Amino acid sequence: MLISIKNLCKEYDNEGVVTKALCGASFDIKAGEFVAIMGPSGSGKSTLMQLLGFLDRPTGGRYFFEGKDTKNFTDDQLAYFRNQKIGFVFQAFNLLPRTTVYENVELPLIYNEKSDSQAKIKERVQSALRSVGLEERMYNFSNQLSGGEQQRVAIARALVNDPALILADEPTGNLDSKNGLQIMKILQSLNNEGRTIVMVTHETYTSEHAKRIISMLDGTIVKDELVKRRRIADKEKGLLK
Amino acid sequence: MNLSDPLKISYRNLVAAKFRSFLTILGIVIGIASVIIIMAIGTSAQELILNQIRGVGSNLIGVLPGASEEKGPPASALGVVITTLKYGDFKALMEKSNVPDAVSGAVYLSGNDTVQFQGINKNYTYQGTTYGYVETENATVANGRFFTKDEDTSLARIAVLGSSVADDLFGNTIDPIGKKIKIGDQSFDVVGVFAERGSAAFSNQDTTIYMPIYTAQKIMLGVDYLNYLRIKVDSETNIDRAKADVITTLRERHDIDNPEDDDFSVRDQQTGLDVINNVTGAIKYFLAAIAAVSLLVGGIGIMNTMLISVNQRIREVGLRKAIGAKNAAILLQFLVESIVVTLIGGVAGILLGVIVAGIAALIIQKLGYAWPFVVTLPSILVAVGISFFVGIFFGIYPARKAAKLNVVEALRYE
Repeated sequence: MLISIKNLCKEYDNEGVVTKALCGASFDIKAGEFVAIMGPSGSGKSTLMQLLGFLDRPTGGRYFFEGKDTKNFTDDQLAYFRNQKIGFVFQAFNLLPRTTVYENVELPLIYNEKSDSQAKIKERVQSALRSVGLEERMYNFSNQLSGGEQQRVAIARALVNDPALILADEPTGNLDSKNGLQIMKILQSLNNEGRTIVMVTHETYTSEHAKRIISMLDGTIVKDELVKRRRIADKEKGLLK
Repeated sequence: MNLSDPLKISYRNLVAAKFRSFLTILGIVIGIASVIIIMAIGTSAQELILNQIRGVGSNLIGVLPGASEEKGPPASALGVVITTLKYGDFKALMEKSNVPDAVSGAVYLSGNDTVQFQGINKNYTYQGTTYGYVETENATVANGRFFTKDEDTSLARIAVLGSSVADDLFGNTIDPIGKKIKIGDQSFDVVGVFAERGSAAFSNQDTTIYMPIYTAQKIMLGVDYLNYLRIKVDSETNIDRAKADVITTLRERHDIDNPEDDDFSVRDQQTGLDVINNVTGAIKYFLAAIAAVSLLVGGIGIMNTMLISVNQRIREVGLRKAIGAKNAAILLQFLVESIVVTLIGGVAGILLGVIVAGIAALIIQKLGYAWPFVVTLPSILVAVGISFFVGIFFGIYPARKAAKLNVVEALRYE
């Protein structure tokens, strides 16, 4: 089992006012799954994703990653897991401006504990860019690219360390339907190659590209089911919203 | 994670905000340059003064009127006139039975007055001295003669001119020897001209007129005391013994039993050097400390810039942490950036400081002083060290602030 959470909770204490953002979430995710976490804003889906991505610590419950209990991890261990095990794709792309595509994709490798040779690094960056079809834009600056291209660079960056899990937070949220569809195509093809993907979205249509949908409302999981009629991005013309 | 990445990031950020980086670096440049300039000029001035004292010779004993601390300045330097040292004291010290090691000596009493020759009117310092002056001071009479032992006390109105005085009054065409000049309202015969000697500690010997001591005391100034006197000892190794003899002789003449009642001080060149060294050193470091305050201001400028930089890059920090940068890596990145800023400023400041000190030295040398151009390696190392530590000291707070940012909040920051 890649991920196993039991009764996961997250409370925010804002000057004495305690807000329960997530309460009693439990599920397992196996390697190779493509899971969409669905729900309106305030449902706790972003909080859940932050916990799964080791960006934040739960206030209750257990989180096992590859069978390891992550409860007593130090900050540095969490950073190590984010670097080695997780590839993040954010809604706002979060590329470094005034920086080339190559350097953006290279970034997770820089924070690797064991440093690879320059040749090895270049090979990995090129291969990650090849899988999103942007190898020829390698030496462009990130701010010279279109939104869709920027998100593809972000996916390449997520792939470069060969992570166990790709976490995508509203990956199509800032894109038009055509570019959004292309991102879904890439995510589906990555999943077909065996990569595990967890995607947060509030759009039903987008979530139907996954194999399984976990629906959330007011901090709890209300539904967890397989997609019956999965959409295949390759066979669509545009991503309807 | 190695250092090349933070260096690359620092470079990119410095270039991205060129004008801001320039102003930040400028603060450090000014601070370091002022420290270097003041240290260089201070050291040069110190060397200049010390060299001149050394040039006089190390086998001299000076006797000053009034008691003074061993390492402190003499009373006369503070403007107090003490009249206890007389020509008779000098005569006694020159007796072989009193100070056997003395080979020569001279007394000094100075004043200044208007000097006239054929319509030229100029103010000069004059010095009453004795015939032993030439030997004691290693001076050379280039033209004519110096005065004799008899003339010391004969009230003869004769003068020996410093080389510049002779140039000013007579130019190249007239031979000064035998000419009459007026000093104040007294008429003097010029009997000799010194070779060019340059300036000593606080007076320029070339612009001074020399006359016999009695002439200066009784005709010119109407006093019976001396400013100071010097004794030349046969060899440096006998300095201490000669000093003791001088002290014994003077105590006897002045009826002093208790050393605390001494109304004179005896110094050799080494104590003189120590005094000058102490005084000029203190001034130099005091000025350098003031200059260092500007470094503090520069450091605060760095902290300010780094805080702005951290605030502008909160999302970037969030992203870097999200993809696996540890707190230490973020800390290092920002710290390297502020150290790079201060080191660039430090190197530029050293260059600027050395150039300014060099130009100052050239100008001062053109004015005729034997001004050494000294930039010491320690002052450069200190400057680099200071800028490095300013970078760390003022960079650590912003860097820690960046490193401690919460990932989730940083990623969400607009």
